[in-house]
Amino acid sequence: MLTVKLPRIKFLFISKGEEFMSKKINLWVLITGAVIGIAALVLTAFGNPANMGFCIACFLRDIAGATKMHTAPVVQYIRPEIIGLVLGSTILAVIRGEFKPKAGSSPATRFIIGAFVMIGALVFLGCPLRMVIRMGGGDLNAFVGLVGFALGILIGIFFLKKGFTLKRSYTVTLSEGMALPGIMIGLLVLLIAVPAIFTFSTEGPGSKHAPLVLSLLVALVVGALAQRSRICMVGGMRDAVMFKDFNLLAGFGVIFLVVLIGNIILGNFKGFSTYLQPISHASQLWNLLGMVLVGWGSVLLGGCPLRQLILAGEGNGDSAVTVLGMIVGAAFAHNFGLAGGAASLAEDGTYSAGGIGDAGKIAVAIGFGVLLIISIVNTLKQREAKKA
Amino acid sequence: MIDARGLSCPMPVVMVQNEVKKSSPNELKVQVDSMVCVENITRYASSQKYDVEVANKDGEFELTLKKKK
Repeated sequence: MLTVKLPRIKFLFISKGEEFMSKKINLWVLITGAVIGIAALVLTAFGNPANMGFCIACFLRDIAGATKMHTAPVVQYIRPEIIGLVLGSTILAVIRGEFKPKAGSSPATRFIIGAFVMIGALVFLGCPLRMVIRMGGGDLNAFVGLVGFALGILIGIFFLKKGFTLKRSYTVTLSEGMALPGIMIGLLVLLIAVPAIFTFSTEGPGSKHAPLVLSLLVALVVGALAQRSRICMVGGMRDAVMFKDFNLLAGFGVIFLVVLIGNIILGNFKGFSTYLQPISHASQLWNLLGMVLVGWGSVLLGGCPLRQLILAGEGNGDSAVTVLGMIVGAAFAHNFGLAGGAASLAEDGTYSAGGIGDAGKIAVAIGFGVLLIISIVNTLKQREAKKA
Repeated sequence: MIDARGLSCPMPVVMVQNEVKKSSPNELKVQVDSMVCVENITRYASSQKYDVEVANKDGEFELTLKKKK
């Protein structure tokens, strides 16, 4: 295996006499992190919204809008990045003999968790990947999100250690394995052949995008690398805490550093601040709680939204249904006004810190309740099974 | 023998970790069905001073963990 040796550094978590695990960090994780960071900068330079080279939550939300599942006029576009990420994973998985149709691990539960992960992400205004990209853009609100994300992951780990499981999946047929890749191929064909059937934003974030071919090609490469390296935003912190394994967390760190350095070089970086950050709000409690929901839900799912796309590309039907749950969650988020409103500066100079409305707050609270029930039920069931 | 087939990460590693913490066996067999799990368990096992042999059986994998002498 392609690995590099990193110097041994003492971390806070070393305890219980366990050997520090990650003397070896997989080089692919570092490469993938660097490429994602550069790709995010390139896509933004060519038209994507600021600090949004990639955002799985936002892009699935835009697709939900373009297909009129919601009608928020500023967030409607068929994002070729999503298509490219899934198909890049599929192509490399097939080449490497890792394309395996599998499904059957509590699909409806995954759908629901996916929907609430999306609602949490849209309250914060970004998936974990965009959170890292925002951090690299100097957005201090995203650091608050990071704290929430870490808290959510710790809650999820608590249940994992108690025996939480969504039960096993089984080998299934090709049609199940190709569900999400098939949808993506269909979207791509329609986008090229009859784009007029979709609704595209003429203003706002949905109207800002890099050229289709560039977005698609960049995402194909990133999707393939993510398949190869198994990079995952939630997996990084989870493995570090649970196994003292810093492999995936290294990818998280590289994305942050590359985006930060890139932004400084490109002159985009204006220091760290919470004030008027691009597509971001400064309602810190909800930045935090939104990402707690995302972290917790993602641990239960076994991976962040990006990882779900990549797994679905490898033929995992459970991840495909999770992604469909996310799309429905995004539609709900905009149909019922749950998503966060970005900070803005009016022409007369009035500053609004942005934030979320009462409906969004209630939705986050419901999300915690639902995740708690799912966590407890699937932990208890497992303990009873063990006793029997 | 731990049967972790079909389980998504990190459950297979958690199962191995629990077993290692509980009884620190000299030898432990684990069944999984994805390369991700093979890689993750191998990384965990070597951090706990185990050697790992992997046998591929029709797309499923049987890992044999042996404590390093």
